[in-house]
Amino acid sequence: MTLLSVEQLSVSLRDRHVLKNITFAVGTGECVGLLGPNGAGKTTLMRAALGLIPHEGSSSIASMDPAERARTAAWIPQTREIAWPVTVERLVMLGRIPYMAGGQRPKVDDHENVDAALAAMELDGLRNRTATRLSGGEQARVLIARALAQDTPLILADEPVAGLDPAHQISTMQKFAGLARAGRSVIVSAHDLGLAARHCTRLILLSGGSIAADGPPDEVLTIERMAEIFGVRAFFQDTEDGPVFQPLEVIQ
Amino acid sequence: MERLAIGMIAVALALFLAALTIGPAAIGPGESLRALIAGDAGPLTLVMREIRLPRAILAVMVGASLGLAGAAMQGYLRNPLAEPGLIGISGTAALGAVISIQTGLAASVALGLPAMALVGALVGVALVVALAGSRGSSLTMILAGIAISALAAALTSLVLNLSPNPFAANEIVFWMMGSIADRSMTHVWIALPFMALGWMILATLGRGLDALTLGEDAAGAMGIDLARLRLKLIVGTASVVGAATSVAGAIGFVGLVVPHILRPFVDAQPSRLLWASAMGGAIMVLAADIAVRLILPDRDLKLGVVTALVGAPLFLHLIYKTRRQLA
Amino acid sequence: MSLSGAVLCAASAFADSASRPKGVEPPTRVVSMNLCTDQLAMIVAAPGQLHSVSYLAIDPRGSAMAEEAKAYEINRGLAEEIYLMQPDLVIADSFSKRATIDMLERLGIPVAVFDPAYGLDEVRDLMREMGEVLSREDAAQALIEDFDRRLNVLRAQTKRRPSAALYYANGYTSGDRTLAGQILVAAGFENAAVEAGFASGGFLPLEVLAMLEPEALIVGQRYPGKSRSEEILDHPVVQTLRADHVSGAITDRDWVCGTPHVLRAIEKLGGLREEVLAD
Repeated sequence: MTLLSVEQLSVSLRDRHVLKNITFAVGTGECVGLLGPNGAGKTTLMRAALGLIPHEGSSSIASMDPAERARTAAWIPQTREIAWPVTVERLVMLGRIPYMAGGQRPKVDDHENVDAALAAMELDGLRNRTATRLSGGEQARVLIARALAQDTPLILADEPVAGLDPAHQISTMQKFAGLARAGRSVIVSAHDLGLAARHCTRLILLSGGSIAADGPPDEVLTIERMAEIFGVRAFFQDTEDGPVFQPLEVIQ
Repeated sequence: MERLAIGMIAVALALFLAALTIGPAAIGPGESLRALIAGDAGPLTLVMREIRLPRAILAVMVGASLGLAGAAMQGYLRNPLAEPGLIGISGTAALGAVISIQTGLAASVALGLPAMALVGALVGVALVVALAGSRGSSLTMILAGIAISALAAALTSLVLNLSPNPFAANEIVFWMMGSIADRSMTHVWIALPFMALGWMILATLGRGLDALTLGEDAAGAMGIDLARLRLKLIVGTASVVGAATSVAGAIGFVGLVVPHILRPFVDAQPSRLLWASAMGGAIMVLAADIAVRLILPDRDLKLGVVTALVGAPLFLHLIYKTRRQLA
Repeated sequence: MSLSGAVLCAASAFADSASRPKGVEPPTRVVSMNLCTDQLAMIVAAPGQLHSVSYLAIDPRGSAMAEEAKAYEINRGLAEEIYLMQPDLVIADSFSKRATIDMLERLGIPVAVFDPAYGLDEVRDLMREMGEVLSREDAAQALIEDFDRRLNVLRAQTKRRPSAALYYANGYTSGDRTLAGQILVAAGFENAAVEAGFASGGFLPLEVLAMLEPEALIVGQRYPGKSRSEEILDHPVVQTLRADHVSGAITDRDWVCGTPHVLRAIEKLGGLREEVLAD
């Protein structure tokens, strides 16, 4: 089943085309890695697809009314903003806002979703801690749990592993892959090509605001594309642990 | 949460009774309350019903408005330094009120005074929100506040100096420091419509402000209409601050001190901080107005002096704490 | 007679001013820069002796001699405009801007500084001082005698002194140690504010006024234009007091300056007192 369908999506900022005629669809159970050099338009594509910024063309999510959209797609921005020193549990509960009217108290259903989200991100022990006092890795997990509590079939995450140590990078990507296997769809932007290649079922490679390649990791990440789009010489090998990918040096 | 609400209501009630029984005319508490409720043609009933009752009611209304506005502004800008007085909204509201009085609008049009103060406050709050941007950086906000306050104070001074009335020129003190001494029920009725409107608007912001804890993008993706939220914040804040300033002058720091003290008690949740700060503001202004009467009963000490004495050191403390963010 | 004392006091400014040694010609081109000295000078000066009065002197709301004042040059109390008038004497009062007075003295112009009057006796002193600085001692003496005579008539004994309170914009009141308070007493009233502890005047809380319930309430003069300060005179409590009791209003031109015109204020208040006693 198609959860997100983007057609001819374009975004212009001050007469500059940031995105040009992007078309793709994401179905149930897919874990899509969104790759591309800095400025390729990864964040802009996700925000436009969510309807957070003005755009041309269509996105099935952006055209929903805000309440329905909030129950269809959850968004994890890269900024990891936590403005106030709230507890982890309360912060995760914010994910239930689309299901609560103003001033309404959480119901059983809301608590169950929060508990499940905390458990999924292994945050039970931190439940009553103040979110702003946690380490960067813990905060990233809390914010993912917040998105999980929103209980949407689709999750979009912008650079969710940026700034995390290797263990947390791997466990976080495993979480996203697991969510996809469990029936949700995930779109994750990333700079670590190897990490994305190992955990995602599909990669979309953006370059200069257009899709350069879209398909399974081993088809998208080729030595030639690395040279052409990223300007690096890369090492690439299929191992029994999955594909291993390592950029080696900048091509002069 | 309920315990906090009950506790604050109890404190507010006790202070309200104290405000009714403390005053420059020494009258026993029992005697004064009897005169208030039973009532006769004597001067005591006049004092209770026409001076002390409106004063206590105004303390509650003005305090609740300023506390609520502070909590709402802070929630929206995600900045604990956002306060109607400090960022110039009270100043522009005072300018609106002064223009309304000097042009005769206040006397000729019903609600002309709070309406003009509201217009002034709208200009102030819209300027701050526009200048400080979506996420209110402390530095931008404080600098914008300084500029807006200075301009508003200068224009207020100018309008008062242009007045043919010899008393007008000295009234800048009232408009800058605020007072609810010797007000009457008229002032309660003047302020109430706009305040009630603002309270209702601001009370609906809780959900959106909670979502904003995660930033504008995350809130937008959770179905919060940010443009609508901003409009409601601007109109609601302008209504309550405008109405409060039109009858009591600019009373600073209430919207800073109250949310800061109460934030830990509501687990920093912006929605719960709204109602808590409204009650806390009422408590603070009631207490400050009692202090004004106890410290210098016959000197007409301005209310804003007391709130600034409490609030300014806290403001400095907050700047110290957030100075890395400021740089 | 303490004439020498008064001379010393009034002419103390001359001591620093070497340019005007004592005992020379009377001043012929005098500039007054304060509402109260304006009026005293107009009353006491010889024809042609006074050259300029302040702009406040021609405002009928504050000046009892607005018409007379129109015959003189008008000044706004600025050092340079006064200097350009080339006066041989400037009369200021102790509320005048110190910087202006210092500047004029540095420029070699003698300045006589008068104190404001805090009572009716001081009105007599001020007239005498004005006579001395203008070398019009005889005229001043005649004015003082006339003042005493009229005051004695007005100070007719009354069997009961009703209570009255003065209430101005911003809730201010005047006690017995003020000119307004002395006018009240001379007119046969007891000042209610004194009873409440405001002998020197000051901010009288509205509820204290309400509890005092003076038999007569005399409120401050209203000025054109709007002000928040005057709003208190429309407070329901003040309106109730004025409706229930005798009430009057101050006319500033007769009340604010220590001149013989205070007699008019006393005379009008006397009528108010009769109204109270008739109730």
